[in-house]
Amino acid sequence: MFEYAPAPESREIVDIKPSYGLFIDGEFVDADRSFKTVDPASEEVLAEIAEADAADVDRAVTAARKAYDGVWSQMPGSERAKYIFRIARIIQERSRELAVLESIDNGKPIRESRDVDIPLVAAHFFYYAGWADKLEYAVRDPRPLGVAGQVIPWNFPLLMLAWKIAPALACGNTVVLKPAETTPLTALAFAEICRQADLPPGVVNIVTGAGETGRALVEHEGIDKVAFTGSTDVGRQIARAVAGTDKRLTLELGGKAANVIFDDAPLDQAVEGIVNGIFFNQGHVCCAGSRLLVQESIAEELLDRLKTRMATLRVGDPLDKNTDVGAINSAEQLEKIRMLSEVGEEEGATRWSPPCELPDRGFWFVPTIFTDVAQSHRIAREEIFGPVLSVLTFRTPQEAVEKANNTPYGLSAGVWTEKGSRILWMAQRLRAGVVWANTFNKFDPASPFGGYKESGFGREGGRHGLEAYLR
Amino acid sequence: MSTETLTGAELRRFLHGLPGVDQVGAEERAARLATRSIKKSAKAEAIDLAISMVDLTTLEGADTPGKVRALCAKGMHPDPGDVSVPKVAAICVYSDLVAEAVRTLGDSGVAVASVATAFPSGRSPLEAKLADTRQAVQDGAAEIDMVIDRGAFLAGDYDKVHDEIVATKAECGEAHLKVILETGELVTYDNVRRASWLAMMAGADFIKTSTGKMSPAATPPVTLVMLEAVRDFRARTGRQVGVKAAGGIRTTKDAIKYLVLVNETAGPDWLTPEWFRIGASSLLNDLLMQRRKLTTGVYAGPDYFTLD
Repeated sequence: MFEYAPAPESREIVDIKPSYGLFIDGEFVDADRSFKTVDPASEEVLAEIAEADAADVDRAVTAARKAYDGVWSQMPGSERAKYIFRIARIIQERSRELAVLESIDNGKPIRESRDVDIPLVAAHFFYYAGWADKLEYAVRDPRPLGVAGQVIPWNFPLLMLAWKIAPALACGNTVVLKPAETTPLTALAFAEICRQADLPPGVVNIVTGAGETGRALVEHEGIDKVAFTGSTDVGRQIARAVAGTDKRLTLELGGKAANVIFDDAPLDQAVEGIVNGIFFNQGHVCCAGSRLLVQESIAEELLDRLKTRMATLRVGDPLDKNTDVGAINSAEQLEKIRMLSEVGEEEGATRWSPPCELPDRGFWFVPTIFTDVAQSHRIAREEIFGPVLSVLTFRTPQEAVEKANNTPYGLSAGVWTEKGSRILWMAQRLRAGVVWANTFNKFDPASPFGGYKESGFGREGGRHGLEAYLR
Repeated sequence: MSTETLTGAELRRFLHGLPGVDQVGAEERAARLATRSIKKSAKAEAIDLAISMVDLTTLEGADTPGKVRALCAKGMHPDPGDVSVPKVAAICVYSDLVAEAVRTLGDSGVAVASVATAFPSGRSPLEAKLADTRQAVQDGAAEIDMVIDRGAFLAGDYDKVHDEIVATKAECGEAHLKVILETGELVTYDNVRRASWLAMMAGADFIKTSTGKMSPAATPPVTLVMLEAVRDFRARTGRQVGVKAAGGIRTTKDAIKYLVLVNETAGPDWLTPEWFRIGASSLLNDLLMQRRKLTTGVYAGPDYFTLD
């Protein structure tokens, strides 16, 4: 057997401070309370993070307002573009450092943060920088909204920041952003990048904290726009809080995407797509292909191939360049994945995982598939947000569409077939914001992303993404 | 799986019924595997394994007995100053030089492989191809590298391709038959998959990517598709077929990428010279150079490695 020796990326490249303040009006400021962020692969505490209370949030919003009125909304788009281009270039220059930092704080494999997350972050800033002086080609009489309050999740910390901040700034808005409680470090590194880029103070403010901080931000009267990516439950609370106000709202919530494999699919690539759909980023992906719908005539063969492939997944140290599946982001999330997996067994589904040695410390969950799953099972309906795949079968294209759409969510879907006409037929009928054909989990800043039904509303990315930040 | 009872139409139906290959997906997978980071002990192991898998090749009009003797010497002792370096798997020559190579290699354990069947184009009457093969086998070649008739394949005449392989295999006797698909001329991955199955069904012991006489020769995605084919063929028939990637593999880094492909596609069962070969001429010196760098910590200049 060809054993790969450990190939760890060096931690030396990042300099994690013992404590971090809030980033308000271009300065790092202290807060009264703090919380800890840990490395999910080792459970070691990485740093003390300031916890913003309502007064801190108010200061941040005030700074953002001042920057909006005084500088940013007045500046020509071509000037704003210069700052955003500069940020994009600094992100590229510091990409290795940001990738390591992201993997340490989040638990995702360095291969993903290095090859997917950070390049997409830079691409997003480059893309929207290009729009800043061309907004009139996107909408008639473009005017910014004002101050945007943005709350982002822990699964793609810096990428979600980019999705939120890049279009907001390009359109002339200023922002107050709250990163997730468990993954604040790259947002704080981004705050440094804003300073490095000489971004005018107050244009970007980062307030760290947990649910209460987010609530204070969303409910603050001084913001004009709320953008949230996260769970459907929290999304509902935010929608309630915003109802009846003038605030604009976009929500990007959960998903339970169907990955539909027809009998004429390119099987080896479909297996890769299934793996990439559900085990990419430990399944912590809102658009993860967590429901595999496979045509019954090839189910057995496909599952054999999938299991063989899963046995080659390398689970472990996120900083090892050969790791495919890293650590679960938090003890809380691990508990949720375990709970729902137990429910799956109780419901009568058949559980399978490849033999796999997990590290002693840290939060880990071995890639898992459930077969014999029915539409009525909880594991086929609820978002698990972990490396757990539910396998269902179908007989006809009609049945595939019915089953794929039979979910409260509608964020993404995948179709695998060599028949072009069937791809189009399916794409027209699938109620999902994104439909991938013969691929999965592909992102590009030029392509809009967002959901139907309980997966939220509004689009991020592309020209459509500008509309969320323009009047 | 035996094809003796299949009619031409059935053969065609079978080959066209194989799952398709999505080009983008296959290339992405190969590129992803190329990012594996092979360091330290794993790299040392991989280098020795790669050396032992090399089919050290000279296929020039200018080949002479002297040139072949020199190549044989190199294959038996790739690094004369270091006896721990493994010998290569085989020396690959034109059929008229087989006897010379067999004499020089003796019982060294290095096999003689011979290209045959009107290599590299394969454009000759079958009888000439078989005579070419017969001569090489008679002279002691342990392995025959035949080319398929790409024209017949592209024209959809799978029968002809199949029957030529069967006929060549019959001439081989004890010798192993490697069937060269010349994937650069087949172009699509669907064709590569079909040609792989066709060759295996006709009795190939190995399927080989290329002649090395045209570009592109071996590429990681093509090799990936062929490795998937041998994996699936064994699952279906129980018979294991080897893979040879030939042409264009010049550096240690490239060679290691191929070993990763083998490891994670067909599986570790194929990670021996018995089941995976690399056809190359200039690769060997780079492997030796990297090997010495690992053992001594410093790079030696090219003049410290023999040119044969």
